[in-house]
Amino acid sequence: MKPIIPIAFVRIVQLGVKSLLLHKMRSALTMLGIIFGVCSVIAMLAIGEGASHEAQEAIKKLGSSNVIIRSVKRTPENNSAGQSKRSFVAEYGLTYRDAARLQATIPGIRRVLPLRIMRDDVRFSTISHPCQIIGTHPLYPEINGLDLLAGRFLTETDETYQNNICAITLSLAESLFTGQNPLEQEVKIGPNYFRVVGIVRERGTEQKRPQSGATEGQTIDANVYIPLSSARSRFGDVIFRRSAGSFEAEKVELHQLTLQFENPDSVETAVPLIQRALERFHTLKDYELVVPLELLRQAERTKRIFNVVLGSIAAISLLVGGIGIMNIMLATVTERTREIGIRRALGAKKQDITTQFLVETVVLSVGGGLIGVLVGVTAPLLVEQIAGMKTIITWWSVVIAFGISALVGVVFGLYPARRAAGLDPIEALRHT
Amino acid sequence: MKSQPIIQLEGLTKTYDLGEVQVHALRGLNITIDPGSYVAIMGASGSGKSTLLNILGCLDRPTGGRYWLGGDDVSTLEDDALSIIRGQRLGFIFQSYNLIDQLTVVENIHVPLFYQGRDLEQCWDQCVQLAGLVGLGDRLDHRPKQLSGGQQQRVAIARSLVNDPLLILADEPTGNLDSQTGREVLEVLGRLNAAGKTIVLVTHGEEVAARAHRVIRMKDGLVDRDELNRKSVAAAAHVATAHADAAAAR
Repeated sequence: MKPIIPIAFVRIVQLGVKSLLLHKMRSALTMLGIIFGVCSVIAMLAIGEGASHEAQEAIKKLGSSNVIIRSVKRTPENNSAGQSKRSFVAEYGLTYRDAARLQATIPGIRRVLPLRIMRDDVRFSTISHPCQIIGTHPLYPEINGLDLLAGRFLTETDETYQNNICAITLSLAESLFTGQNPLEQEVKIGPNYFRVVGIVRERGTEQKRPQSGATEGQTIDANVYIPLSSARSRFGDVIFRRSAGSFEAEKVELHQLTLQFENPDSVETAVPLIQRALERFHTLKDYELVVPLELLRQAERTKRIFNVVLGSIAAISLLVGGIGIMNIMLATVTERTREIGIRRALGAKKQDITTQFLVETVVLSVGGGLIGVLVGVTAPLLVEQIAGMKTIITWWSVVIAFGISALVGVVFGLYPARRAAGLDPIEALRHT
Repeated sequence: MKSQPIIQLEGLTKTYDLGEVQVHALRGLNITIDPGSYVAIMGASGSGKSTLLNILGCLDRPTGGRYWLGGDDVSTLEDDALSIIRGQRLGFIFQSYNLIDQLTVVENIHVPLFYQGRDLEQCWDQCVQLAGLVGLGDRLDHRPKQLSGGQQQRVAIARSLVNDPLLILADEPTGNLDSQTGREVLEVLGRLNAAGKTIVLVTHGEEVAARAHRVIRMKDGLVDRDELNRKSVAAAAHVATAHADAAAAR
């Protein structure tokens, strides 16, 4: 009596492959279940990963070490509590003092980027274009992600001297200056002229809307960046808006504050402090806090749920594939009862029979798994090509899918194999 | 020279428990078979000869009594141990050949050695030699389905020899063959016995049994008659002498 040595194992695998090749069609169809299962696990997870990746990238662009505070206009119902209703100027939002106070009191803050956002038409010669005018600091490109395409952005000097200069976005430049170099040209905003010193492009504009209500029908791409000090002195703090024939005025000092922290860890401790500091001066809560870190976490949670759902659907198809294998193997065991009897009579132990049949199932499922991995890796590429969706194939999804397929082979092979081994050799030999 | 018996049965019983009824298939057998014997077991259906063959073949365990095979008591061995005994000490020849369809002639002959952990490469020569011995040296790569019944049975005989067994058990080896090929197969068995192999054969046919040296007739789970077949013993002696002469001449 010798134990099963590796060479013998190779033999058993060869034997298994041989028996499977005897019924090529049947084996191929059985494998198909596993192929689809593995393929769908990989492809589904790749698609899910790709989808959430895009969302996460957008959030990451806001900066995980940033906290964004936006001014929010309260509706009159909310307003009535403390606000004087006689004034037709709605006064709300963040102030310059808020900015200074936060910078001074919140630990871990590196830089504060204030934004003042107005809408107006920008004119050049006879062309006029509705724009978003953003009064800001030279830090803006760095914190908010802005590519400088030509010329320069705002500088500290511009800020100090309240220079009438501006940087404009590429799409605005294209619509205002057809066939001309916009640099050094002067555009008119309201009563003031601003010299164009730079062309820029926003990287992802979605999160930069000042107030969701105020941006309706406006293009976000048409931005004009001017020094904050110029914005304050040239336009004042009160914004008039004509709507449906009547005036509406708002007094807002700052529309947005981006607080950049030293590192993402200090964000968490700072958030409640910021809230407390603001609450003291803003009883109306006319601001909202956006914490990209939290959004990111939320997106990750969503992604996890997404993965679980997609993964379970795919896992179910693997399970179905496994049941298919078990079904076929049970049929095979019945069909080969006599062979089992012969082998038992000639000295095969129960264990040998179990191994033989288990190897066959594992060969089926691992073979199917390998093909499934190949198909599963190609399928997302096709989806990317055809549907234009971003997909990311993670190495762990391949490992999991393949691992499960092998496991399915063992689990669903065990019962038929044990049943084969458990046959009474005398009965099995008598089987026709 | 009195050597140790190959088979020794002592009060062997087998009872099938069918719930309400108990069927006593064997009711206390005492049989001894010496090495080099050629024994035929005969009996009507239900006489217990199949049960006896299963127990002799270590495919089944007796309910009571003792069974010594080659000096070892195998009546109480576990399933795995019985598998090992079958693989090492027994050679089977079945009525319906029982070759494995997807294997070639050589591979079929090799099967018993496979379960002793021996590779086909290692024992290729041995298997080929046995195929030659039964006259199938030129059909090594054929599958059972491509062979005639007689050829298949000869492959089975080669297979039963590959592990150099103590005992060859043949269950109606000629049952599925026409009389001509049946005779050929029996001649092969006769030659093996003449070369020293112990053969136990179960059969219905008197003609088949006539070639054995000893015929055990069973009835109702007991030995009815156990007699030596003088004619065939004499013939065998003659054959043996002839073999010895031939060997001497060589």
